[in-house]
Amino acid sequence: MIIAVASGKGGTGKTTVASSLALVAAEKGEVWFLDCDVEEPNGHIMLKPHWHRKETVRVPVPEINREKCTLCGRCAEVCAFHALVVLPQEVMLFPTMCHSCGGCWHLCPAGAISPGWREIGRVEEGSSGKIGFVHGRLNVGEAISPPLIQAVKKRIRPGVLNIVDAPPGTSCPVIRAVEGADFCLLVTEPTPFGLHDLKLAYEMATQLGVPCGVAVNRSDGNDDPVRQFCHTNNVPLLFQLLQDREVARGYARGIPAVEVRPEWKEHFSALLAFLEKEGYARCAK
Amino acid sequence: MKVAVCAQDNHIDARVDPRFGRCPYFIVVDLDSGNWEGVQNTGTQSSGGAGVQTAQLLVNRGVNVVLVDRIGPNAIEVLGRAGIQVYGGIHGTVSQSLESYRQGKLTILSRANSPSHGGMGRG
Repeated sequence: MIIAVASGKGGTGKTTVASSLALVAAEKGEVWFLDCDVEEPNGHIMLKPHWHRKETVRVPVPEINREKCTLCGRCAEVCAFHALVVLPQEVMLFPTMCHSCGGCWHLCPAGAISPGWREIGRVEEGSSGKIGFVHGRLNVGEAISPPLIQAVKKRIRPGVLNIVDAPPGTSCPVIRAVEGADFCLLVTEPTPFGLHDLKLAYEMATQLGVPCGVAVNRSDGNDDPVRQFCHTNNVPLLFQLLQDREVARGYARGIPAVEVRPEWKEHFSALLAFLEKEGYARCAK
Repeated sequence: MKVAVCAQDNHIDARVDPRFGRCPYFIVVDLDSGNWEGVQNTGTQSSGGAGVQTAQLLVNRGVNVVLVDRIGPNAIEVLGRAGIQVYGGIHGTVSQSLESYRQGKLTILSRANSPSHGGMGRG
């Protein structure tokens, strides 16, 4: 089973929730934690894995054979991302703008372009107690993270619980992280910003065909606007984690919420029971 | 000698646009004949790479000089490699900017004076 933990707004508590869920799930069976926020991974700060393996991730980018190139301009014309410019005397490439679509090397009439390789980051794999841990680290200056997120998700283990910690927002990297999940847990906070971005994240997950549930972090104990949203859209409000200064202190020191507040484990056990009962675990590939 | 000016509208007396990649028009003036033509900038709607696309447009048009207010790093790199001179800091109208250029009052830019995505209004 794959559970994605996502949120429209940043800083709502995705990693707080995902790391605590992993710790509670590990008491019952095998679990993998996949930090897909490759631009600023932080799951390792909470779960402190021992690393076993590192692998670089590369993407194909055009390599231009100057002898064959006729400077016809076709490659710049077909590049939807403007990564190529054809000047009177040369072709210029902006590699960080290339989305590796392959249009240029397939359509170059002179056969002057072939795919070369460029490193964009690395995937690191390790373990934290009984939790299998994977994350990606995008190289500084890179603009395109989905291929690296894909490389992290290749490590998803069939037949066991996989927790995908998604990046914030609703753009391409988030879509790549959430797609294919059996369930998406949307973490929000009781602020107008939290609610606004919860709506966006809900629409995104719905378009991907991934069923959702909501968790409120830093709850005021009431959370009426979020409750109203969930009711209107028939989305389960699964649990609320109360605003808690000790948990915030723990977070700042890299201590997971369920270690600061062991009584919170019941929220995560209840979530796992809900997923089991509703059959999300069974539809897992 | 062709000079292109970033403009908000398709006219020689239009106000200049402070952006390079996302300005709606270029007024391209042939200094030898004094004729001008408006060129619509097709790069304005790009989600990314607007400056690069706009630079390609001016290269294809055979422009020799570009007058801008602000320009980003990728665009100025393309223009530089194509041998196109870039002058910065224009304001007022297109014809006023051309006059400043003729009088040698504009400074040549060798580096970007705006970050990437500077014209996207994200502040």
